[in-house]
Amino acid sequence: MTSPQLELRQISVSFEGFLALNDLSLTLQPGELRAVIGPNGAGKTTFLDVITGKIRPCSGDVIFKGKSILGIREHKVARLGIGRKFQSPRVFEKLTVHENLAIAVSKPKRPWSLLISKLTERQRTQINNLMSIVNLQSKVNVPAGSLSHGQKQWLEIAMLVGQDPDLLLVDEPVAGLSDEESELTADLLKSLSGDHTVLVIDHDMEFIRRLESSVTVLHQGHVLCEGSMKDIQHNPKVIEVYLGQQQEVSK
Amino acid sequence: MKKTLINRRLFPLIIWITIIASIIAAPSLLPVFRLNLLGRYLSLAIVALGIDLIWGFTGLLSLGQGIFFALGGYCAAMFLQLNSSANLPNGIPEFFGLYGIQSLPFFWEPFKSPLFTFVGIWLIPSLVAALLGFLVFRNRIKGVYFSILTQAALLVFFNFFNGQQKLINGTNGLKTDVTELFGQMVGSDSMQRMFFWITALLVVFAWFFARWIVYDRFGNILKGIRDDESRVRFTGYNTTIFKTIVFAIAGGLAGISGALYTVQSGIVSPQFMTVPFSIEMVIWVAVGGRGTLLGAILGAVMINYAKSLVSEALPASWMFIQGGLFILVVTVLPEGVLGWLQSDGPRNLLSRLGVSRPLSTYPGLEEKSHDEVRL
Repeated sequence: MTSPQLELRQISVSFEGFLALNDLSLTLQPGELRAVIGPNGAGKTTFLDVITGKIRPCSGDVIFKGKSILGIREHKVARLGIGRKFQSPRVFEKLTVHENLAIAVSKPKRPWSLLISKLTERQRTQINNLMSIVNLQSKVNVPAGSLSHGQKQWLEIAMLVGQDPDLLLVDEPVAGLSDEESELTADLLKSLSGDHTVLVIDHDMEFIRRLESSVTVLHQGHVLCEGSMKDIQHNPKVIEVYLGQQQEVSK
Repeated sequence: MKKTLINRRLFPLIIWITIIASIIAAPSLLPVFRLNLLGRYLSLAIVALGIDLIWGFTGLLSLGQGIFFALGGYCAAMFLQLNSSANLPNGIPEFFGLYGIQSLPFFWEPFKSPLFTFVGIWLIPSLVAALLGFLVFRNRIKGVYFSILTQAALLVFFNFFNGQQKLINGTNGLKTDVTELFGQMVGSDSMQRMFFWITALLVVFAWFFARWIVYDRFGNILKGIRDDESRVRFTGYNTTIFKTIVFAIAGGLAGISGALYTVQSGIVSPQFMTVPFSIEMVIWVAVGGRGTLLGAILGAVMINYAKSLVSEALPASWMFIQGGLFILVVTVLPEGVLGWLQSDGPRNLLSRLGVSRPLSTYPGLEEKSHDEVRL
């Protein structure tokens, strides 16, 4: 077995006494697709904040590609190869689709090289490929702000892929999408795994099922259980936690 | 729809032709007094361009640009004072005698060199801005707190310069109009004409420079920082460095602006670092059109021109008019006059007044995109 891509070791985060994450451990293998679910307040977003360097945990360690990335600032974490998609689509609304993607694929990301050099031919092709993956070729010069909600979600996923990260952290990619769109998104994420390690957080059980990945259930900042969708659905602890949503889980 | 597109490109072009034509015609049409005023206002356009870069494009509202403006002015004035004090007692500027100072304070020494001064005029304010900016941005201070901090820094600088009689003549400032450059009085008509040309050239140069900054990906990162900074950070960009660089550029532009203003108004004094003056600079940009480089230039020149005309006719009323103008722009024209002209503003107004029919089709999105970089 190869060494894990990402390893969270007993992470705890406390906000003024409230334990948002409590002794959370999680391991991702390279190329793995993993879904993380959990009721509201389970600490799903907080744990992404820890990985991407936005929040520093009070104990525990984050190991990425065999090295601890604790205390490294956000932009450096991103350069190490961790890309993050936010809960609500966060694209640069005043910039066009092409400009948004150009920001993502530009390398190196230092001020001077952005000023004096143009996009290379390779980067242009990359941008075109990304646009065709998410079906935005016809919107090249459209400001991202005038895209539909679903198109923004996709643009953000495309930006994420454009960064060429080893690990993609995807937070609620199908919030507000139609059924058809979320099916396409699930297929897209599945096709990305293998080359990339993908971690998806969502509430939508239909969507998670379609990912056909192993599932981690978070509850009160702790990993409740891990397993396939089927195992999870029949786990009494999970059913208890999801009490209100029991029917949805067992649908 | 086509019409909007043409308007959008035509407007800046018409304005540019008008500006260049009036700059070329001005020296032969205007008496030297008026020409000198125009030159001063043009020099203020350069500080406005800097404010547009940091505020209009990057979203950093600095209320302390007066610091960098005055620093540039002091650099120029110190050089001119030294340049014309060879025959004075001790070979140092006259005002030192008033305070019984016999030898030049150490920091005056390098300003004996024209080259040092020439570089210092923009480099010193830029370095001060970079240092201040880096400390502030590294600690992720932004929004209102950033504005307050820059204003506080402005007050610190004002009080320091105002109190240091023995070092830089304190509240009296340094006069430049009776100093000499190339064997001529700086305040003379021929010198003032030359300064006008230099200023006009530098405004155009500064515009090209600012446009180069915002035109491509670097500018897009700045806009990204303005609209969603943490997203830029998570994409792998060190936003602190970008903000520091653009703040330093704005500081350098302010310094050049201050030096040109000083030689044309004949004096630099701590009055350049008063709170209202720095706020006025922001108003020029707001009125002209934040995020449109040309708007910053127009705002600075037009408002100051209006100010001198109004002040000649009704001396006490300018502050009210300026305040009213600002309120009008903030409430009715949030994108400033040029931003309003470049969007569908005029047609919307006409249709609202019932002069022309409202647009019945949905504006084509593809065409909207052409204003990626507004001139």
